[in-house]
Amino acid sequence: MVREIEQLRHGTELLKRGFASMQKGGVIMDVTSAEQAIVAEDAGAIAVMALHAVPADIRKAGGVARMADPMVISEIIDAVTIPVMAKCRIGHFVEAEILEALGVDMVDESEVLTPVDTHHVDKRMFTVPFVCGARDLGEALRRIEEGAAMIRTKGEAGTGDVKEAVRHMKLIMGDIRSLKGKSEEELKDVAKELKVSFDLVHETAELQRLPVVNFAAGGVATPADAALMMKLGADGVFVGSGIFKSENPPRMASAIVDAVNNYDDAKKLAEISKGLGIPMKGIEVSVLRDEEMLQARGW
Amino acid sequence: MTTRIGVIAIQGDVEEHVIALEKTLVERREKGEVVKIKHQGIVDSCDAIVIPGGESTTIGRLMEREGIFQELKEAAEEEKPIWGTCAGMVLLAKEGDEEVAKTGQPLLGLMDVKVKRNAFGRQRESFEVLLKMSIFDGYFHAVFIRAPAITYATDSVEVLATLNGQIVAAKQKNILALSFHPELTVDRRIHHYFLDLG
Repeated sequence: MVREIEQLRHGTELLKRGFASMQKGGVIMDVTSAEQAIVAEDAGAIAVMALHAVPADIRKAGGVARMADPMVISEIIDAVTIPVMAKCRIGHFVEAEILEALGVDMVDESEVLTPVDTHHVDKRMFTVPFVCGARDLGEALRRIEEGAAMIRTKGEAGTGDVKEAVRHMKLIMGDIRSLKGKSEEELKDVAKELKVSFDLVHETAELQRLPVVNFAAGGVATPADAALMMKLGADGVFVGSGIFKSENPPRMASAIVDAVNNYDDAKKLAEISKGLGIPMKGIEVSVLRDEEMLQARGW
Repeated sequence: MTTRIGVIAIQGDVEEHVIALEKTLVERREKGEVVKIKHQGIVDSCDAIVIPGGESTTIGRLMEREGIFQELKEAAEEEKPIWGTCAGMVLLAKEGDEEVAKTGQPLLGLMDVKVKRNAFGRQRESFEVLLKMSIFDGYFHAVFIRAPAITYATDSVEVLATLNGQIVAAKQKNILALSFHPELTVDRRIHHYFLDLG
């Protein structure tokens, strides 16, 4: 028996990417308390993202946005049986270590919080898997090379405007399509340009998709938004402010879960979308000033 | 004879299961196809059914909402092979632990076992191990991700593997339950074993 225990291997790439694979086809919801986490779990969320405030409120409050209070994260971990994720600042590897120590199942190195470094966290050093945001193929592959087990579009968090998530998803998909039919020499040029290894570019070109799970995030506010992102090729959806900034969070949460499961059936989507109350008010992305854009954070 | 294998495609690592099953069919030189089951009306046309890994609460609730639950119970009565991995193991069980009870998730109850969710801990405790299984020579490279385990089984259940005193692979007639994920590795022995149950 003792021997068996000694043979266990933790924190491998296979375990990290495998964990991400188990999230596919699901909805991950931002929550700020144990009560909200239970609402999310009851609605069928596959995981929750523990935060001290949803992105819409972080945006409104301004100032430095940091990792959530570990006490709140622990309360959320105790309240639900589904995986619990939490955000650390870009480059803040100590926040990431704290989150791992708390027992968080996946760390989101997130542009929603205030970055502390132009270097992202070296995610290969951790036992716990990471998810990172990306706007294009270069960002996605750089994060994967640093050890991210899952990618999500950045979109524009806290706006309730899905426009940027659409743009980022299409850019990533289009960039991958453009690798098709390229010679080895041309792929080497792409690798140089994107500042990643040839092997990773080659693998992506062969697979014709990212070699890790790719979710949509940033501005998803309705079942139709979630279904749209699935149609564009997302493996699943993160919903931030869209649930708990809506008039009826439990209904909105379960409608978004149903929409992800039925994204290819417009009749069902029509039923699912009926009478959900007022969605989050939101901000149109085009009125934001450049310095207000969270997506520009990260390298 | 054409084999038609259905994979419950509500949530989880569906694609990995589909690819692994397709490769297994090729290895067996069997004519067959693998179909995804998202809605009612497909289970009946399948000769064997797989419930993938994912979140058992989510998969269970949506299977019930989509009407697939009852169909699976009928398929089990017709003695079609049904295989659950990880979340699938939880759903096959007759009884769950406090965690399962807390979420009030529906269970298929096709196996006379009691399961414990997250039996080995959280994601940081997830592991790979070379596992000894009663049905194979040598070891099986097993990947456990926030895995459940069987804590109690009646005599009608055949135990295929244990780890630290907990059952991680078991069979009862045509039903197979695994804590780990053979669809994430290259060894297809369990896939062949499952298709031989038919």
